[in-house]
Amino acid sequence: MTQNEVSRREWILGSSMGILAVWPQIVAAQEHAHRAAATPGTAFKYFDRQTAAEVEAIAAQIIPTDETPGAREAGVIYFIDHALSTFDKESQEHYKSGLADLQEKREKMFPGSRSISGLRPEQQLELVKAIDGTPFFETVRTHTIIGFLNSPDEGGNRDYIGWKLLGMDPRMVYEPPFGYYDAEAQKEGTR
Amino acid sequence: MSRAPYPPNHQVDFVVVGSGAAGGAVAKELAVAGFEVVVLEQGPYLRPKDFRHDEILVRNLHQLTNDPNRQPQTYRKTESEVAKVQQSAGYGRAVGGGTLHFTANWWRLHEIDFNERSRFGPVPNAALEDWPITYQELEPYYTKSEQDIGVSGLGGSNPFDAPRSKPYPLPPMPVKSSGVLFDRGAKKLGLHPFPAPVAILSQQYKGRPGCVHCGFCMAFGCEVGAKSSTMASLIPMAERTGNCEIRPESYVRKIETDGRGRVTGAIYFDKNKKEVFQKAKAVVVCANGVESPRLLLMSKSNRFPNGLANSSGLVGKYLMYDNGTSVTAMFDEPLNEFKSVLVTRVLHDFYDSDPKRGFYGGGGIDARSNSSPVQFGLRGNDPSSPRWGSAWKKSIAYEYPRTMALFSHITCLPMESNNVTLDPELKDEWGMPALRLTFKNHPDDLKTMEFILERQKEIMEAAGAKKIWPRPVREVNNSVHLMGTCRMGNDPKRSVVNKFNRAHDVPNLFVVDGSSMVSSGRQQPTCTIQALGYWAADHMIQAAKRGEI
Repeated sequence: MTQNEVSRREWILGSSMGILAVWPQIVAAQEHAHRAAATPGTAFKYFDRQTAAEVEAIAAQIIPTDETPGAREAGVIYFIDHALSTFDKESQEHYKSGLADLQEKREKMFPGSRSISGLRPEQQLELVKAIDGTPFFETVRTHTIIGFLNSPDEGGNRDYIGWKLLGMDPRMVYEPPFGYYDAEAQKEGTR
Repeated sequence: MSRAPYPPNHQVDFVVVGSGAAGGAVAKELAVAGFEVVVLEQGPYLRPKDFRHDEILVRNLHQLTNDPNRQPQTYRKTESEVAKVQQSAGYGRAVGGGTLHFTANWWRLHEIDFNERSRFGPVPNAALEDWPITYQELEPYYTKSEQDIGVSGLGGSNPFDAPRSKPYPLPPMPVKSSGVLFDRGAKKLGLHPFPAPVAILSQQYKGRPGCVHCGFCMAFGCEVGAKSSTMASLIPMAERTGNCEIRPESYVRKIETDGRGRVTGAIYFDKNKKEVFQKAKAVVVCANGVESPRLLLMSKSNRFPNGLANSSGLVGKYLMYDNGTSVTAMFDEPLNEFKSVLVTRVLHDFYDSDPKRGFYGGGGIDARSNSSPVQFGLRGNDPSSPRWGSAWKKSIAYEYPRTMALFSHITCLPMESNNVTLDPELKDEWGMPALRLTFKNHPDDLKTMEFILERQKEIMEAAGAKKIWPRPVREVNNSVHLMGTCRMGNDPKRSVVNKFNRAHDVPNLFVVDGSSMVSSGRQQPTCTIQALGYWAADHMIQAAKRGEI
């Protein structure tokens, strides 16, 4: 159980009146939050390690690690692996052919190189820019963004990295004021 | 009376098909009145522990809704076209129906909605009619529903609302920044925004906890039980009587009739796709605005060759969809619309039709969060926004918390050419005929959408939006509000059910859900669908006690 889930439970416990009456719902909510942390593991179900490294190198250009964590830290590759082995099996062929084409392109652009993941970051960026807008790029982009911003239930968004970037609190329990303008209105109202 | 669960060969008093806004209310009322009830629900019986903030699970894997892979549909604009495989109607498919995943906007109809044909006059190429009931007749049932399930709002705050006999049982939800900005813009223009009525608990109510403002309402089930779905509110009350059985994963394919033209029960597929016949003294169909007419059409027999209860030929006709428009807008400071319920402010200034506009129609406008994290990440606010890389990260981190939307909910004229039929070829996973949806907007629908979209832009400008993105008006080809297809009326030639939702043709068959609605209101039909459930159940109970079913 992470710090966040503990806080979520404590928040609910600390703020609810008549706690016993609503206990089953709170347990359920807590269980819900707990399950969200039980993400698919570190073992790949579809990719081999080498292919996973290649795809991850592309994803890490789409959502790079800069001042804040990116696709790599969020474990987006585990979401993509989970998607391709379960609800999005149709995209398997697309990855196979898309990656093969991209490897050819890499050899032409960077003769002597052996893998996408082995390129220097600026070379990786140049390679991904060269396929921007292609159907394969769009598929990887879509998967990468979903893996970054979807619930950790499906892999990805580890430590709620994606949600935190948007300003969301992973406890998912909030109290008013929620934003700048309602806080402002509240102040004016109480003045 | 025996206790639930009931064996299928035991003739129960009522079979209710569907457990959503209407089915849940009907089941609860009948069970509390002491009748034996079996509720047959297509979908699974999910509990709060099954609900997660997982967009893939609800959107791609259809945890709570009809799955196009299992129940495909076809769609066409007009009857002269061959329908193509395309999802057009979305609905809840789990115990609780659409009330599990809906936004929980809980608008009563206005008085005008019941007699608009008389007040406004006829509309060319549309079948606008008065309802056979009035707002005053339905008002006690709106109130009963609000008190039972728990609705938060502020009675009297909307100057255009019809009279209410009781205040809302719970105070309104705390206003979000979108609501404050909407208030600011609307009031500058002399309009009358008010706190949104929502079927979500602002405080603890009847043993259920208040909302924790997690922000995952629309499309998601509520993991704390604060959303007043029938699963969280009415169905537990029905089950506690001991004489109501909820039977999930029970997909009704036919309502059976006898030689006298009375229904005898329902044939359904159980979770193993085995056919079961549940005997009943009466059947209440609450399967939603497209599945109810489909079931009647599939229940044809020698005696009812055009489908059950279809002597009028109107089963499936007058399908009405979910018309609306939206603008998104960005402001200088963070609104954090990812928090709390979607909507905290609404306005009804443009609700009524105005003949001076030169067309029929009106609508309501609400202020809400603009989209979910994944949807925003994929699309952003603007096609010219960065699509990937560090620039994308900066853009979404800045814009997502600063963005809100205004949605409108707009009249949809009933037209005979818009309808639900059985697809002649396509079958679902159970081998039953697929839904074929035919729908094209009436020209006045589109004119109303254009008119309201302009009002939305004005409000956001007056609120001081930094940038506004109106979504261009488009013809509607899909909907999650499904209305009009078994309309109620006094004339058996011009309607399917009478004013108490009893089929004109079959004395022990009732149909009550969005299909009963004669006109669309201004969308947000769930509240009225539930009130109709209470209304119909009350008359079923009285009739049954008099031995008249």
